[in-house]
Amino acid sequence: MNDTNQALLDALGAEESQLVESWHAALPLSAQTTGQSSRGEARQLLAGLRDGLRAGGAPEALDTPAWAPLRQSLEALSAARAAKGEKAGDTSLFVLALKKPMFDALQQRFAKDPAGLGAALWSATSLVDKVAQHTVTTFQSTREDIIRRQQQDLLELSTPVVKLWEGVLAVPMIGVLDSSRTQLVMESLLQSIVSSGSALAIIDITGVPTVDTLVAQHLLKTVTAIRLMGADCIISGIRPQIAQTIVHLGIDLQGITTKATLADALLVALQRSGWRVSRTD
Amino acid sequence: MERIPILRMGQTLLVTIQIDMQDQTAMALQEDLAAKIAETGANGVMIDISALEIVDSFVGRMLSSISGIARILSAVTVVVGMQPAVAITLVELGLSLPGVRTALNVERGMQLLDTVRQEKFLDR
Repeated sequence: MNDTNQALLDALGAEESQLVESWHAALPLSAQTTGQSSRGEARQLLAGLRDGLRAGGAPEALDTPAWAPLRQSLEALSAARAAKGEKAGDTSLFVLALKKPMFDALQQRFAKDPAGLGAALWSATSLVDKVAQHTVTTFQSTREDIIRRQQQDLLELSTPVVKLWEGVLAVPMIGVLDSSRTQLVMESLLQSIVSSGSALAIIDITGVPTVDTLVAQHLLKTVTAIRLMGADCIISGIRPQIAQTIVHLGIDLQGITTKATLADALLVALQRSGWRVSRTD
Repeated sequence: MERIPILRMGQTLLVTIQIDMQDQTAMALQEDLAAKIAETGANGVMIDISALEIVDSFVGRMLSSISGIARILSAVTVVVGMQPAVAITLVELGLSLPGVRTALNVERGMQLLDTVRQEKFLDR
């Protein structure tokens, strides 16, 4: 172990509870509210730092094996804070607040050795900066994981295939239609057609806010695929504005049965499969 | 080269494709089928592709041209049992097989052939 590491270790090792207190005091007031848990986190980080220094980890290279325990506790800390919905800035601020007590301790130690103080301060500051940077990176990747998972959930949520009647399936489309969603809807609808042997599918676009040429293209593809499989398709839920848009854009929905409401589409479906609906009275 | 058998059931010719189609096989099937329709005077052709998992544009075009050939020889073609993945592939390839009738399974295909036959009979 070199001298700088030893000096840093001494600065961190002495009087842990006092160090944690002055670390906590160095935090901005807004960040001090989570008192007890942040003190626990501080102790964990200090332990990680000391382990890394003892293992001879260079302060400039946080990605070496010597710092593995520290990296782990940092990742746990960022993940926990990301899950709580805190800002990335607050998390890195928490780590950076360690500088003040650390510098104070080093200053006391090297009071008569300006050159040694300079070297130790440089090591300390680069180490803490690296640690803070790592926290932010982990924080961000945790957030991105959450976003990715939510996107996936949203994709799966938005494509339920429901059975309306014997041999009639319906898909209520909700939200903006893009290629990946259309693909998913198409796949699950075609799969349900095969497994249920339904000869008719109704695609309801009441929940689709706008229909442009791209969305129409996606719808046409779906209808063509359904026809290739030997079933037929009705598009329902076309609002008056959307009908106007379709005509103004010159989109050709020739040969596709379109209805204003799902009820109308169901009636057509029943008629085609030979059902008749009548009131009893 | 493998040849795909063509079965005759009354007035209908039944073809089940159970191997991955190669261009040679497809060409041979097209020729065999044309000869068989002319020979038997069948008025319906059913092609079952439920076991077909991979298609390319050539096979897609083959289905279209078989249907066209059969129509000229006065027979109706129904393609049955297309898998979802195959349907999506054909759509992505830009092949919507216009003029080809399709049905979900062999049973529905037979019903469709019967209806079409009746319509044709009424037309005459």
